[in-house]
Amino acid sequence: MSKYSVWSVLREGLRGQTGWDRAWRDPEPKPEYDVVIVGGGGHGLATAYYLAKNHGITNVAVVEKGWLGGGNTGRNTTIVRSNYVQPVSAQFYEHSVQLWENLSHDLNYNVMFSQRGQLGLFHTPAARDAQAKRVNTMLACGIDAELLDREQVQAMVPHLDYSINARFPIIGAILQKRAGTARHDAVAWGFARAADKLGVDILQQTEVKSILREGGKAVGVETSRGTIRAKKVGVAVAGSTGHVMAMAGIERLPIESHKLQAFVSEPLKPLLDYVVSYGAPGSHFYISQSDKGGMVFGGDLDFYNSYAQRGNLPIVQDVAECAMAIMPCLGRVKLLRHWAGIMDMSMDGTHIMSKTPVDHLYMNAGWCYGGFKATPASGWHFADLIANDRPDDLTAAFSLDRFERGYTIDEKGMGPTPKLH
Amino acid sequence: MIRITCPFCGERDHSEFSYGGDATVEYPALDASVGEWNEAVYKRSNPRGPHKEYWHHLNGCRSWLIVERDTLTHEVGKVEFAHPGLRAAVEKTA
Repeated sequence: MSKYSVWSVLREGLRGQTGWDRAWRDPEPKPEYDVVIVGGGGHGLATAYYLAKNHGITNVAVVEKGWLGGGNTGRNTTIVRSNYVQPVSAQFYEHSVQLWENLSHDLNYNVMFSQRGQLGLFHTPAARDAQAKRVNTMLACGIDAELLDREQVQAMVPHLDYSINARFPIIGAILQKRAGTARHDAVAWGFARAADKLGVDILQQTEVKSILREGGKAVGVETSRGTIRAKKVGVAVAGSTGHVMAMAGIERLPIESHKLQAFVSEPLKPLLDYVVSYGAPGSHFYISQSDKGGMVFGGDLDFYNSYAQRGNLPIVQDVAECAMAIMPCLGRVKLLRHWAGIMDMSMDGTHIMSKTPVDHLYMNAGWCYGGFKATPASGWHFADLIANDRPDDLTAAFSLDRFERGYTIDEKGMGPTPKLH
Repeated sequence: MIRITCPFCGERDHSEFSYGGDATVEYPALDASVGEWNEAVYKRSNPRGPHKEYWHHLNGCRSWLIVERDTLTHEVGKVEFAHPGLRAAVEKTA
């Protein structure tokens, strides 16, 4: 498979784009692999890539029911950041941002990671204090963070509503300059191509029907294309975690499935140079502008358990009100599309990356709002967990048994109420 | 929009209601083991299909309801008061 470079672009430009190879193979399933990863989203593909690259385990299959990145990888608002309050989460997401920074080179695939900076607006003195604490936590973890006052924010993004009578008067913002966005489809495709190049089999249109167990150990999967045996099985199917883990007899998990909507407007000329977000009581909103010009934005969950990958109208209204409250200039912009993804909302708002009660079965789940930005680090650490059959120092805190042990990682302090995280 | 038929107010948009989560959770005795409390506080069966759940008619009669709803199709089935006394009153009326 040829390497992508400026020379290959020039050569194909002269040859009428006739010489491009398929980006990855479409192999027949082998009867047995060292590792089978269930779920061909960003996390599953990244896990396969790092298993091959970091651990030399190349006899790996990624089994995907639909097509690559057709789930949450292609349904998020593409924001990447590491501004977390809980130190373990801040460190985990910071590792992710560091991997993002070199990802296009590492994969030889342009994931269009744009470190345009993220502004988290605040509207009350109490919120400013909370963000000052967040800045301190981040600086203590070695992450860049700045606290800006209203004038500094206004100089950066002049067209927000700064009037004193605004529904949410802006008094400042927390800025993470290294935060930004990436092109979400390219992340799935880049990891798929790079993993395939290292020998990983990517099996699309292959639905897992059950997880095979012998003597308390996972030994493979039964799929719509036959039985595939494996020494180890990793599950990375956020949104359907409960459904898939039940196939291994794990019926109850600290996770609820909820849907989150995202929106994109018609393309506009350059309008917004940063990712801008805010959350005040009764509001939650985040927006950025894609490279095609569309305003990409989202807000809260629909607030009830759901597996329907479609949104409901009250949240459309809610998000539109949030948009108008902060950027009144969007009022006449047409909405192009909106859609929903099913998210694993965990009981403490933090992901679960863990061994399970079934030996040689590993789970990567419960990502709440944080799945996309975590993609490279999720793959990196999940691969390490699978390869070594033990969590590394950074992953140990995210174990499945932390709830029973009383070590929850509650970023927002909401308690065991998944819809509020 | 999901429409929920409140036994007191009649059929209303779900935006009048606030969601209260899984209604099948049962708490164990106060002196039960950590494991039993862990099951009640943190573990959910999270079904893809029929789900029994609490809804609070916040912008209506403010009753807590138990609603049967399919999490895949959003189809609403049986709706009843969560309060056992009110449930009994409804039965007597019928």
